[in-house]
Amino acid sequence: MNLTRRNLLKGAGGAIAALFVAGLVKPIRVLAGTWNEAAFQSKDLKEALSASGAAGAADSTDVVLTAPGIAEDGAVVPIVVRSNIPDTTRVSVFVEQNPYPLAASFDFMNEALPEVGVRLKFGKTSTVRAVVMAGGKAYTAHKDVKVTAGGCGG
Amino acid sequence: MPYPMRIRAQLHGDVTAITAIISHPMETGLKKDGDKVVPAHFIRMLTVDVGGKRVIESHLNMAVSTNPVLNFKVKGAKVGDKVEINWEDNLGEKGFGESVVSVPE
Repeated sequence: MNLTRRNLLKGAGGAIAALFVAGLVKPIRVLAGTWNEAAFQSKDLKEALSASGAAGAADSTDVVLTAPGIAEDGAVVPIVVRSNIPDTTRVSVFVEQNPYPLAASFDFMNEALPEVGVRLKFGKTSTVRAVVMAGGKAYTAHKDVKVTAGGCGG
Repeated sequence: MPYPMRIRAQLHGDVTAITAIISHPMETGLKKDGDKVVPAHFIRMLTVDVGGKRVIESHLNMAVSTNPVLNFKVKGAKVGDKVEINWEDNLGEKGFGESVVSVPE
Protein backbone atom coordinates (compact mmCIF):
# COMPACT_ATOMS: atom_id res chain seq x y z
CA MET A 1 0.00 0.00 0.00
CA ASN A 2 1.05 3.53 -0.75
CA LEU A 3 0.20 4.74 2.70
CA THR A 4 2.48 2.23 4.33
CA ARG A 5 5.27 3.14 1.94
CA ARG A 6 4.82 6.86 2.63
CA ASN A 7 4.95 6.31 6.35
CA LEU A 8 8.03 4.20 5.97
CA LEU A 9 9.78 6.92 3.91
CA LYS A 10 8.73 9.58 6.38
CA GLY A 11 10.07 7.51 9.21
CA ALA A 12 13.38 6.88 7.45
CA GLY A 13 13.79 10.58 6.57
CA GLY A 14 13.14 11.53 10.16
CA ALA A 15 15.66 9.03 11.44
CA ILE A 16 18.37 10.35 9.08
CA ALA A 17 17.58 13.94 10.07
CA ALA A 18 17.92 12.96 13.71
CA LEU A 19 21.34 11.44 13.02
CA PHE A 20 22.43 14.70 11.36
CA VAL A 21 21.26 16.67 14.38
CA ALA A 22 23.10 14.30 16.68
CA GLY A 23 26.20 14.81 14.56
CA LEU A 24 26.48 11.10 13.87
CA VAL A 25 26.28 11.51 10.12
CA LYS A 26 28.56 14.26 8.88
CA PRO A 27 27.65 15.94 5.63
CA ILE A 28 30.33 15.46 2.99
CA ARG A 29 32.64 18.43 3.16
CA VAL A 30 32.39 20.56 0.06
CA LEU A 31 35.72 21.56 -1.36
CA ALA A 32 36.44 24.89 -3.00
CA GLY A 33 34.30 25.56 -6.06
CA THR A 34 35.51 24.11 -9.32
CA TRP A 35 39.05 24.05 -10.64
CA ASN A 36 39.16 26.58 -13.48
CA GLU A 37 40.23 24.19 -16.21
CA ALA A 38 40.36 26.83 -18.96
CA ALA A 39 42.78 28.94 -16.94
CA PHE A 40 44.91 26.21 -15.36
CA GLN A 41 45.28 24.08 -18.49
CA SER A 42 46.07 26.95 -20.81
CA LYS A 43 49.59 26.92 -22.26
CA ASP A 44 49.23 30.49 -23.44
CA LEU A 45 49.88 33.28 -20.95
CA LYS A 46 47.34 35.70 -22.42
CA GLU A 47 44.68 33.02 -22.47
CA ALA A 48 45.47 31.94 -18.89
CA LEU A 49 45.27 35.56 -17.74
CA SER A 50 41.96 36.26 -19.42
CA ALA A 51 40.40 32.91 -18.40
CA SER A 52 41.19 33.73 -14.79
CA GLY A 53 39.72 37.22 -15.05
CA ALA A 54 43.12 38.87 -14.85
CA ALA A 55 43.31 40.42 -18.31
CA GLY A 56 44.06 44.13 -18.32
CA ALA A 57 45.31 44.17 -14.73
CA ALA A 58 46.78 47.53 -13.72
CA ASP A 59 50.32 47.65 -12.31
CA SER A 60 50.18 48.48 -8.62
CA THR A 61 52.78 48.98 -5.91
CA ASP A 62 50.10 47.81 -3.45
CA VAL A 63 50.61 44.29 -4.77
CA VAL A 64 53.73 43.27 -2.88
CA LEU A 65 55.43 40.33 -4.56
CA THR A 66 58.46 38.78 -2.90
CA ALA A 67 60.56 36.34 -4.93
CA PRO A 68 64.30 35.63 -5.17
CA GLY A 69 66.17 37.38 -7.98
CA ILE A 70 68.24 34.24 -8.49
CA ALA A 71 66.97 30.76 -7.71
CA GLU A 72 69.60 28.04 -7.45
CA ASP A 73 66.92 25.36 -7.45
CA GLY A 74 64.07 25.88 -9.89
CA ALA A 75 62.12 23.07 -8.22
CA VAL A 76 61.50 25.10 -5.08
CA VAL A 77 61.16 28.85 -5.54
CA PRO A 78 59.53 30.58 -2.55
CA ILE A 79 56.96 33.23 -3.49
CA VAL A 80 55.05 35.53 -1.13
CA VAL A 81 52.24 37.80 -2.27
CA ARG A 82 50.61 40.42 -0.06
CA SER A 83 47.88 42.80 -1.13
CA ASN A 84 47.49 46.22 0.48
CA ILE A 85 44.37 46.88 -1.57
CA PRO A 86 41.08 46.97 0.40
CA ASP A 87 38.48 44.28 -0.40
CA THR A 88 41.01 41.89 -1.89
CA THR A 89 39.22 38.64 -2.66
CA ARG A 90 41.78 36.69 -4.67
CA VAL A 91 45.48 36.35 -5.42
CA SER A 92 46.63 34.41 -8.50
CA VAL A 93 50.25 33.58 -9.30
CA PHE A 94 51.60 33.03 -12.81
CA VAL A 95 55.03 31.72 -13.82
CA GLU A 96 54.98 33.24 -17.28
CA GLN A 97 57.53 30.99 -19.04
CA ASN A 98 56.26 27.71 -17.55
CA PRO A 99 54.43 25.26 -19.87
CA TYR A 100 51.22 26.06 -17.94
CA PRO A 101 51.61 29.64 -16.66
CA LEU A 102 48.88 29.74 -13.99
CA ALA A 103 50.42 28.15 -10.88
CA ALA A 104 47.87 28.81 -8.13
CA SER A 105 45.00 30.99 -7.01
CA PHE A 106 43.84 31.77 -3.49
CA ASP A 107 40.43 33.11 -2.43
CA PHE A 108 40.28 34.93 0.90
CA MET A 109 37.16 34.92 3.04
CA ASN A 110 35.99 35.87 6.52
CA GLU A 111 39.01 36.79 8.68
CA ALA A 112 41.77 35.81 6.22
CA LEU A 113 44.42 38.44 5.50
CA PRO A 114 45.25 38.83 1.80
CA GLU A 115 48.73 37.36 2.08
CA VAL A 116 49.97 33.97 0.97
CA GLY A 117 53.24 32.08 0.71
CA VAL A 118 53.77 29.18 -1.70
CA ARG A 119 56.74 27.37 -3.28
CA LEU A 120 56.69 26.92 -7.03
CA LYS A 121 58.55 25.03 -9.76
CA PHE A 122 60.19 27.10 -12.46
CA GLY A 123 61.11 25.18 -15.61
CA LYS A 124 63.59 27.90 -16.51
CA THR A 125 64.31 31.57 -15.92
CA SER A 126 60.94 33.30 -15.87
CA THR A 127 58.87 36.28 -14.88
CA VAL A 128 56.59 35.59 -11.94
CA ARG A 129 53.39 37.62 -11.90
CA ALA A 130 50.90 38.15 -9.08
CA VAL A 131 47.39 39.31 -9.90
CA VAL A 132 45.11 40.62 -7.16
CA MET A 133 41.33 40.85 -7.56
CA ALA A 134 39.83 43.58 -5.38
CA GLY A 135 36.44 45.24 -5.70
CA GLY A 136 35.95 43.59 -9.09
CA LYS A 137 39.18 45.04 -10.51
CA ALA A 138 42.53 43.41 -11.25
CA TYR A 139 45.92 44.70 -10.08
CA THR A 140 49.32 43.22 -10.77
CA ALA A 141 53.03 43.15 -9.96
CA HIS A 142 55.79 41.06 -11.48
CA LYS A 143 59.39 40.08 -10.90
CA ASP A 144 62.07 38.26 -12.90
CA VAL A 145 63.56 35.14 -11.37
CA LYS A 146 66.79 33.80 -12.86
CA VAL A 147 66.91 30.03 -12.49
CA THR A 148 70.36 28.44 -12.47
CA ALA A 149 69.10 24.80 -12.27
CA GLY A 150 65.82 23.57 -13.78
CA GLY A 151 62.71 22.57 -11.85
CA CYS A 152 61.07 20.23 -14.30
CA GLY A 153 63.72 17.64 -14.97
CA GLY A 154 66.33 19.91 -16.51
CA MET B 1 46.91 6.11 0.68
CA PRO B 2 48.44 8.09 3.52
CA TYR B 3 49.56 11.64 2.90
CA PRO B 4 50.79 13.08 6.19
CA MET B 5 50.30 16.79 6.82
CA ARG B 6 51.84 19.04 9.43
CA ILE B 7 50.11 22.27 10.42
CA ARG B 8 51.46 25.01 12.65
CA ALA B 9 49.14 27.85 13.70
CA GLN B 10 50.73 30.47 15.92
CA LEU B 11 49.13 33.57 17.32
CA HIS B 12 51.19 36.78 17.14
CA GLY B 13 49.15 39.66 18.57
CA ASP B 14 45.85 39.48 16.69
CA VAL B 15 47.22 37.59 13.69
CA THR B 16 47.52 33.82 13.42
CA ALA B 17 50.22 32.60 11.04
CA ILE B 18 49.36 29.21 9.55
CA THR B 19 51.95 26.99 7.89
CA ALA B 20 50.94 23.72 6.27
CA ILE B 21 53.44 21.13 5.05
CA ILE B 22 51.75 18.42 2.99
CA SER B 23 53.32 15.21 1.74
CA HIS B 24 52.35 14.91 -1.92
CA PRO B 25 54.35 14.08 -5.09
CA MET B 26 52.87 16.99 -7.12
CA GLU B 27 53.84 15.26 -10.38
CA THR B 28 53.55 17.59 -13.36
CA GLY B 29 52.90 14.94 -16.01
CA LEU B 30 55.72 16.55 -18.00
CA LYS B 31 58.58 14.56 -16.50
CA LYS B 32 59.99 11.39 -18.07
CA ASP B 33 61.28 8.34 -16.29
CA GLY B 34 63.33 6.69 -19.05
CA ASP B 35 60.93 6.53 -22.00
CA LYS B 36 57.79 6.70 -19.89
CA VAL B 37 55.99 9.88 -18.94
CA VAL B 38 55.33 10.05 -15.20
CA PRO B 39 51.56 10.66 -14.98
CA ALA B 40 50.33 13.95 -13.57
CA HIS B 41 49.41 13.71 -9.90
CA PHE B 42 48.91 16.98 -8.07
CA ILE B 43 46.63 18.68 -5.55
CA ARG B 44 44.08 20.86 -7.30
CA MET B 45 41.93 22.15 -4.46
CA LEU B 46 42.69 23.02 -0.88
CA THR B 47 40.62 24.69 1.82
CA VAL B 48 41.47 26.14 5.22
CA ASP B 49 38.88 26.47 8.00
CA VAL B 50 39.65 28.22 11.30
CA GLY B 51 37.24 27.96 14.25
CA GLY B 52 34.72 26.29 11.94
CA LYS B 53 34.78 29.16 9.42
CA ARG B 54 36.15 28.92 5.89
CA VAL B 55 39.05 31.37 5.41
CA ILE B 56 40.90 30.14 2.32
CA GLU B 57 39.85 28.35 -0.84
CA SER B 58 42.75 27.68 -3.13
CA HIS B 59 43.17 26.08 -6.50
CA LEU B 60 46.61 24.75 -7.39
CA ASN B 61 48.34 23.64 -10.56
CA MET B 62 51.19 21.18 -11.12
CA ALA B 63 53.70 24.04 -10.77
CA VAL B 64 53.35 23.95 -6.98
CA SER B 65 56.49 22.27 -5.59
CA THR B 66 56.62 18.66 -4.38
CA ASN B 67 55.50 18.39 -0.75
CA PRO B 68 53.74 21.78 -0.78
CA VAL B 69 54.49 24.33 1.92
CA LEU B 70 51.78 26.98 2.22
CA ASN B 71 51.57 30.05 4.44
CA PHE B 72 48.39 31.91 5.35
CA LYS B 73 47.41 34.61 7.84
CA VAL B 74 44.13 35.02 9.69
CA LYS B 75 42.89 37.72 12.07
CA GLY B 76 40.81 37.30 15.19
CA ALA B 77 41.42 33.63 15.93
CA LYS B 78 41.82 32.53 19.55
CA VAL B 79 44.16 30.07 21.21
CA GLY B 80 42.56 26.63 20.95
CA ASP B 81 40.60 27.38 17.76
CA LYS B 82 40.65 24.43 15.42
CA VAL B 83 42.51 24.75 12.10
CA GLU B 84 41.34 22.26 9.46
CA ILE B 85 42.85 21.76 6.03
CA ASN B 86 41.29 19.59 3.31
CA TRP B 87 42.60 18.88 -0.16
CA GLU B 88 41.70 16.91 -3.25
CA ASP B 89 44.04 15.99 -6.10
CA ASN B 90 43.52 15.40 -9.84
CA LEU B 91 43.06 11.66 -9.24
CA GLY B 92 40.26 12.25 -6.73
CA GLU B 93 42.38 11.38 -3.72
CA LYS B 94 41.68 13.42 -0.60
CA GLY B 95 43.71 14.53 2.38
CA PHE B 96 42.98 16.14 5.71
CA GLY B 97 44.94 17.62 8.57
CA GLU B 98 44.08 19.56 11.69
CA SER B 99 45.72 21.48 14.49
CA VAL B 100 44.82 24.18 17.01
CA VAL B 101 45.90 27.80 17.33
CA SER B 102 48.66 28.17 19.91
CA VAL B 103 51.03 30.84 21.18
CA PRO B 104 54.72 30.54 20.23
CA GLU B 105 56.91 29.28 23.08
